[in-house]
Amino acid sequence: MSKFKKKKDGGIPAVNTAALPDIVFMLLFFFMVATVMRQNTLKIENNLPFADQVEKLDKKDLVMYIYAGKPSENYKQFGNQAKIQLNDNFADVKEIASFIAAERASKREELVPFLTTALKVDKEANMGLIGDIKQELRKVNALKINYTTKKGSVFGRD
Amino acid sequence: MAKRASPEVNAGSMADIAFLLLIFFLVTTTIETDSGINRKLPPMEESEEDVVIKQKNIFTVLLNGKDQLLVEDELMELKDLRLAAKEFLDNGGDGSCTFCKGKKDPASSDNPDKAIISLKNERETTYKTYIAVQNELVAAYNELRDARAQSLYGKSFKEMEDNYKDVNWPGNKEKLKGQIDQIKLDYPQKLSEVQN
Repeated sequence: MSKFKKKKDGGIPAVNTAALPDIVFMLLFFFMVATVMRQNTLKIENNLPFADQVEKLDKKDLVMYIYAGKPSENYKQFGNQAKIQLNDNFADVKEIASFIAAERASKREELVPFLTTALKVDKEANMGLIGDIKQELRKVNALKINYTTKKGSVFGRD
Repeated sequence: MAKRASPEVNAGSMADIAFLLLIFFLVTTTIETDSGINRKLPPMEESEEDVVIKQKNIFTVLLNGKDQLLVEDELMELKDLRLAAKEFLDNGGDGSCTFCKGKKDPASSDNPDKAIISLKNERETTYKTYIAVQNELVAAYNELRDARAQSLYGKSFKEMEDNYKDVNWPGNKEKLKGQIDQIKLDYPQKLSEVQN
């Protein structure tokens, strides 16, 4: 009997996992720092197009976001044409003016001229909708716009 | 009771807690894109006076509903657009532009200051193509400005702009601003969009 017992003792020693929490904490801190909580829940598909001549948007608090794209899977009842989303809801083109006014009112007065409108538009959307948005933005004199894109080549990717 | 070693806290489950938090952040993380092509819309007030621009100074880019590109009345592939735009802008037909390296073709633009790119799209054009065209046109301007900056100041235009934005840059910002403005003046970005 003793023969067998001895063999068992000579097995591989357990791996030391004492450093595991450190590694996990390191990852945790990375994600905590890198995380930006989403401001809006998207109800649309938002696959941004690619471009390589991009400039960075600094001063995130001075950006107004206008989303556009096809309603996503859960909101199919709103049709399959590209729609505008402001804050958390679908919106009509006419509502952009009041949205801009509300955004402006929420900022300090001296910062209002620096506000930029970021258009986050799905790449499959058509230009008619964007033309309408741009026209509406011109009416309320919000002339600084930014077509938000991903960084990458414009060729060859779909 | 004088000195008793305090019992060690069992930290075995710390890893579990950390994992839990890690997974939460992994799931909620969306790396937000915050870069794009900056544009300025034209103001609303209509200036009634008609500006007369010679046809040869306008570079028309037409995008139809099937995402086809018509440049100066000829079909063109997207990949050729950047070069065509550069040739047009850098043409220097009237000889007043001393730094232009173009062909000096009298049938094309007079000088970069007069050259205008006109972009027209239809309602059915997809956004992806529109952005690609915008990107190529901006790239044409940027490449020309880069070349100009290299020959004048020995660094690229992008580098100069980055330096200008960088708070820790040690050089003279006033001078740099002047240099940037000079290049912008040499190759002004005149990109107009036709309303439809």
